[in-house]
Amino acid sequence: MAKRFVSLWFRHLVTDWLTLKKPELKDVALVLVAPARNRVIVTAANLLAESQGVTRGMAAADAKAIVPQLQVLDELPGRETWLMNALGEWCIRYTPLVAIDLPDGLIMDVSGCAHLWGTERDYLKEIITRLRSKGYDVRGAMADTAGAAWAVARFGRVKPIIPANGQMDALLPLPPAALRLDPVVLDRLQKLGFYSIRHFIGMGRSVLRRRFGETFLLRIDQALGNQDEPLHLLHPIAPYEERLPCLEPVRTATAIEIAIRTLLGRLCHRLAGEAMGVRTAVLKGYRVDGQVIQAAIGTNSASHQAEHLFKLFELKIPTLEPALGIELFTLEGTKVEQVEPGQEALWSPEGCGLGSQALAGLLDRLANKLGAGAICRYLPQEHYWPERSVKVADSLKEKPATAWRTDRPRPSLLLPRPERVEVTALIPDYPPMLFIYRNKVHQVKKADGPERIEREWWLEQGEHRDYYQVEDEHGQRYWLFRSGHYSGDHSDQWFIHGFFA
Amino acid sequence: MLQARKDLINQLQKNILQWQGFVVPPAGASRGIGLGPVEHAFPNGVFPTGAIHEMLCPTPEQAAATGGLMAGLLASLMQQGGVCLWISLSRKLFPPSLHAFGVVPDRVIFVDVQCEKDLLWAMEEGLKCEGLAAVIAEVREISFAQSRRLQLAVESSRVTGFLLRNDPRKPGANTCVARWRVTSLPSEPGEGVPGIGFPRWQVDLLRVRNGNPGSWKLEWAEGRFMPVAEAAAGTVEITLPGRRAG
Repeated sequence: MAKRFVSLWFRHLVTDWLTLKKPELKDVALVLVAPARNRVIVTAANLLAESQGVTRGMAAADAKAIVPQLQVLDELPGRETWLMNALGEWCIRYTPLVAIDLPDGLIMDVSGCAHLWGTERDYLKEIITRLRSKGYDVRGAMADTAGAAWAVARFGRVKPIIPANGQMDALLPLPPAALRLDPVVLDRLQKLGFYSIRHFIGMGRSVLRRRFGETFLLRIDQALGNQDEPLHLLHPIAPYEERLPCLEPVRTATAIEIAIRTLLGRLCHRLAGEAMGVRTAVLKGYRVDGQVIQAAIGTNSASHQAEHLFKLFELKIPTLEPALGIELFTLEGTKVEQVEPGQEALWSPEGCGLGSQALAGLLDRLANKLGAGAICRYLPQEHYWPERSVKVADSLKEKPATAWRTDRPRPSLLLPRPERVEVTALIPDYPPMLFIYRNKVHQVKKADGPERIEREWWLEQGEHRDYYQVEDEHGQRYWLFRSGHYSGDHSDQWFIHGFFA
Repeated sequence: MLQARKDLINQLQKNILQWQGFVVPPAGASRGIGLGPVEHAFPNGVFPTGAIHEMLCPTPEQAAATGGLMAGLLASLMQQGGVCLWISLSRKLFPPSLHAFGVVPDRVIFVDVQCEKDLLWAMEEGLKCEGLAAVIAEVREISFAQSRRLQLAVESSRVTGFLLRNDPRKPGANTCVARWRVTSLPSEPGEGVPGIGFPRWQVDLLRVRNGNPGSWKLEWAEGRFMPVAEAAAGTVEITLPGRRAG
């Protein structure tokens, strides 16, 4: 799925918050100051102060000279981080993946979230209006990459929502600062006369790398989506992994069993709490000699039953070679799905149906030893051609889409491919009088047929088949067919395709 | 005196059967498996479920006939909505044919294994799983020890197992409760009707533990097994129950 990111920029974060706290500050020009290098400089200014010419980084004395009635407060150290965390937590309502972009921004991975609020436009509008109505001066943008969203939120002039794959066009008119570059590099770009991204984006990579360094290229790639950007999420998704270091290297099967039980116990406890279950899991053992040994299991349906999963791992224990000893075990649920909670039956039917836990457990054990392809179940398919009349079911829960046909006799055993037989047929289009199969002559005593089955021309080309059900002198029943029409000479192609009960 | 001895022997025989796991079904609970007269060959006159049956089918024709009888038995075993497992090395069974014998083919799970060792392991696992209607395995040979493992598995889970022996060599001793052989018999279509009639088999019970081996002729008609009357082997009119009604 295509990724979408929203970047939010709180332009006057701390002053907005102060104004919220003290409403009397609403209509005064407000700056926060902090001492730096023997001077007191402005670290934050509200909108009113900025509109009168006070900027961040200016000496407090200068600011006071420009705006005589300026309200000057001391900076609150650590307040920004605290505020950003609080706002990030608040934004979890819009997407679970919120990352803080210090000092004054949030980056949210909103892939697949926007449609819940209608369109992307409604979604972004909802976020921005909610935050603005609280009193924060916020700007936001949405794009395919975090870098482009960041750039448009801060420097964009046209529209905040960049369509999919439109980040290049959106970035071209923006100044180089939109690429989150170091001040040193920005200075150099300024000196060289690169005032917007379009001036240098088309240059050769080697040229850019030599002059501006590797980070410069990385930032460009991240903004354009050529490289992924890791986000430091507020609530990172913990992988389903458990570790068990051993006090001393272990090398017996019993010890490995205990290790697996312990790890499964922990993992399943967590999974059960989240109503999740394992589909595939990998056990890794780090050996003393530096090698890593592993065993993988898979299940038919998500499960967090430690006992069942242990049984699957138990089959794999003989394949684990501890050699000099294993000192660390890790167990990871590589594929985890939601568990479908089974409904308690009021009365249990006699025997277990296709949906029962016991059967799923049995099939998991079989599949882990014999391979997943070894187990199959068949469903009817609407084709007359015998080889195509059944298909393999995808899952245990799949129901037949059509009814099983019973109107035509079908043999108990079907040969995987028809075998040639020699026949003697006296009259065209009549069943044969006798046939020779595997050097044995069978006299046909009774026969039914023919049943003509055509090939489906939209699937394959070839001759049709005329099927006869014949019974020989011992009462053994066969399914024979002639491929194509009777042609008079001995070139008739007769085959045996099955045995009737 | 004689009567007392007879009663004593009867009592002892009943005890032995009970110790061996043949429980007398409570009156009214026995449904029968639909085999008709064949069932009387078994102890207490009940087809033993929760046991292993062995069926000899060295040729494909016999395998097909056995498949028909098997499917008929499965139909009554799976009546309660159970699932059965069919384990084989090289499978030729055509699932749609099961429907003619009353088995829903999509309730049969096929397991294809690569070697005989895996096959017996899979069968044992299947037999241990309580609630399965039946486990069918196509095996070439089975040793006494292996069959004893299977017997132990079914004793606790009460699953019925079927071994289809497709090896033409002499079957050795094992713990199976019965040894069957099914061969095809010429069918009898109605008088004046051309073509082939209902499938008809010669069912031989070669060995029955605590029972009486014998030989029967059965026909699958109208969704159940019908015994074929011996006297009517040549004549047609009374073999078909539908015709008897007129």
